[in-house]
Amino acid sequence: MPDRKQAPAIVDAVNFKLNLKPYQHFVLDNGVEVYAVDAGAEEVMLTEWVFFAGNSQEEQNLVAATTNFLLRNGTTKRTAFQINEHFEYYGAYLNRSCYNETATITLHCLTKHIDELLPVVKELITESTMPSEELAIYQQNMKQRLKVSLKKSDFVAGRLIDAYLYGEKHPYGKYSSAEEFDALQRDQLLSFYNQYYLQGKLIMFVAGKLPVNIDKKLNRFFGDLPNKPVEVKHPALYPATEKKVRITNDTAGVQGSIRIARPFPNRHHPDFLKVQVLNALFGGFFGSRLMSNIREDKGYTYGIHSYLQNHIQHSAWMVSTEAGKDVCEAAIAEVYKEMKELREELVEEDELLLVRNYMMGSILGDLDGPFQIIARWKNIILNDLTEQYFYDSINTIKTISAEELRSLAQKYLQPEDFYELVVV
Amino acid sequence: MIQFEKFTLANGLRVIVHQDLSTPMAVMNIMYDVGARDEDPNRTGFAHLFEHLMFGGSVNIPSYDEPLQMAGGENNAYTTNDLTNYYIQLPAENLETAFWLESDRMLSLAFGEKSLETQRKVVCEEFKEHYLTKPYGDVWHKMRELAYTKHPYRWMTIGKELSHIENAQLEDVKAFFFKHYRPVNAVLVVAGNVTVEKVKALTEKWFGDIPSGERYNRNLPQEPVQTEARRLEIKANVPLDAFYKCWHMPGRLDRRYYVIDLLTDILSGGGSSRLYQSLVKEKKLFSNIECHHFGSTDAGLVVVEGKLVKGVKIEEAEKAVEAELDKMKNELVSEAELQKVKNKTESMIAFEDMSVMNRANSLAYYEILGDAAWMNYELPKYATVTTEDILQESRTIFRAENSNTIHYLSNN
Repeated sequence: MPDRKQAPAIVDAVNFKLNLKPYQHFVLDNGVEVYAVDAGAEEVMLTEWVFFAGNSQEEQNLVAATTNFLLRNGTTKRTAFQINEHFEYYGAYLNRSCYNETATITLHCLTKHIDELLPVVKELITESTMPSEELAIYQQNMKQRLKVSLKKSDFVAGRLIDAYLYGEKHPYGKYSSAEEFDALQRDQLLSFYNQYYLQGKLIMFVAGKLPVNIDKKLNRFFGDLPNKPVEVKHPALYPATEKKVRITNDTAGVQGSIRIARPFPNRHHPDFLKVQVLNALFGGFFGSRLMSNIREDKGYTYGIHSYLQNHIQHSAWMVSTEAGKDVCEAAIAEVYKEMKELREELVEEDELLLVRNYMMGSILGDLDGPFQIIARWKNIILNDLTEQYFYDSINTIKTISAEELRSLAQKYLQPEDFYELVVV
Repeated sequence: MIQFEKFTLANGLRVIVHQDLSTPMAVMNIMYDVGARDEDPNRTGFAHLFEHLMFGGSVNIPSYDEPLQMAGGENNAYTTNDLTNYYIQLPAENLETAFWLESDRMLSLAFGEKSLETQRKVVCEEFKEHYLTKPYGDVWHKMRELAYTKHPYRWMTIGKELSHIENAQLEDVKAFFFKHYRPVNAVLVVAGNVTVEKVKALTEKWFGDIPSGERYNRNLPQEPVQTEARRLEIKANVPLDAFYKCWHMPGRLDRRYYVIDLLTDILSGGGSSRLYQSLVKEKKLFSNIECHHFGSTDAGLVVVEGKLVKGVKIEEAEKAVEAELDKMKNELVSEAELQKVKNKTESMIAFEDMSVMNRANSLAYYEILGDAAWMNYELPKYATVTTEDILQESRTIFRAENSNTIHYLSNN
């Protein structure tokens, strides 16, 4: 009979040596840089085209996102249907996403089909036509979707808190409206497409079980694009002055969406990695203070999380939860109580070790597989960081002291710095 | 081909080991053969509430999460109408921590009042977050009640109503545990950077002395064949009219399941699928439309659902859906169209199998269904489906008397 009261011995995860598998790097004829991770057992691969075509580059709201969306909806040779049919016939997934600085095309496919798919991706990048009819359908359907989303308190709260933090005109704070969907013109999209895709700056990432001559394959199709430099804009912030807001979105609502957030510097700031550890302790995982108190002890919510927003230029430290309408204010009071505790008390060694081990284990698990490894690299490269950032973050997790965490809490977890929003 | 080894302990616990030395991690997956379908109709939502209570401490270990996090591990769980699954991922060096934790909670929970009280509230908030505050959030409660008259699929995993959760008592919890959470009703999968020898030794050590329990014999009321169309109209404070229609289909082990799985992919599941192309792009009647099925173990439902473009009459939208289904009933789909959805299935399986966690989960699932080895025979089953099968199945499924329709209308 095993002694069930006694936990088995463990190797503390802080003792693990974590390595980020290096990428292979090559440059196409036109200077396009390609980062490749060849790994994995399944015969699958991921190819990603990253253009500097995010919403920071647009003159009018929604132009970047709409251009990105319509890339798949018609070229000089194929209709939207034919494009979709082509990728779907090969069991491939072609997605596109628009972010603040960048916009991407992502292809997941079985490695054996890559030759049939690359030429059509090339066609999307060089011969898209953004047909008027496709634009009209998109406008109509997006307006309808927005209408449904606006009924959801979490959606409304998410938009507003970003607008408070960065300003409604800032790329990180602006949001969509029916009028702005209506205002979209095909000419604007074509001109944005021309400047930021056809002529624009491209970086590529590939991962998975790669064909041997992947460099030649990519060069054949993408080595002749103009790849002109793009100047990334740095728009000014216009944070809101009013810090505490309560909104009723649905009079019959039974839950409130709570967002409590403060501005925070980006990854280049020396406190960023350290605050990741403080954040984990505060509300970054299931065993965090916020979760233990507000969900596991009080039962006010199904879940509460805190995190640093994933932006390149500026970030924000955010606490987010949905709580019963009548316990929202009590939940907020508990959040501030946890901040105070972190400012005033040193974290016990046991709890700190738990956070360290959890974070290390989580990174170890997250490095599992080629797609996860390339995602880490992509984050490092697009944020203009180096490999050292990864090792610094490991080192910070292993060595940060209770005193440092307390002084970071004193610096950043001051209630008066936080915006506080409840949308019911 | 996923390699694995299987053995059974004297107490009836089935154990599957799947080695993958390319990862530094280990995964432990325990699936219990109990879901919302096994609940008392007056105590629904119990299997899921119970899943929450499994994290409230066990007989010898007051906290489940802390020691696991200390060992660098992460875990989660989910409950469906058919089963309940718990999974852990942790550095392979610390595998024994997972054995210690999971075996103790299979041995017995702590059954604390405080834990029950808190998790009742948490689950009520979950109920509100997902089903009460979201527009159209109650539609699947209504659809299940419309489509099922006898079978316990007529309620959702979260439960029929909040009061069932609020009234849950500690005695109910205990009885549920000792009926369902026994070795004889569970499958344990250990995967990743592990050896069969080590897993055998650890399993004997930690799970070997847990009393076997009684095999749960499922004897659920079966749903009678539906003989006439059922319809329901709902008016609610939603911005758009929405259309929902379901037809009964056979269970997971029927060969027809594979035909239907491909059939729903032909109808929807990509930008070149039939319903999307015809009804969203060409006729512009819907702003989105989807066709899928429940994938449930017992006889499930095929679903078509979509939101209408503002101004379109729901009768007109429904007619257009029926016209597309009529094409499926009257004309063979092309070989290329069938090949397309078969290719998609092949690629989907390849992507799913990339993660050790998914492989462990699938092995447990197929073992609960009957045999873990079935995981490796899925593709050949899809490969045998013909265009004639699709035609016949469309005729069998898409009959008015087999259908349940909800018009979910905006009252503003």
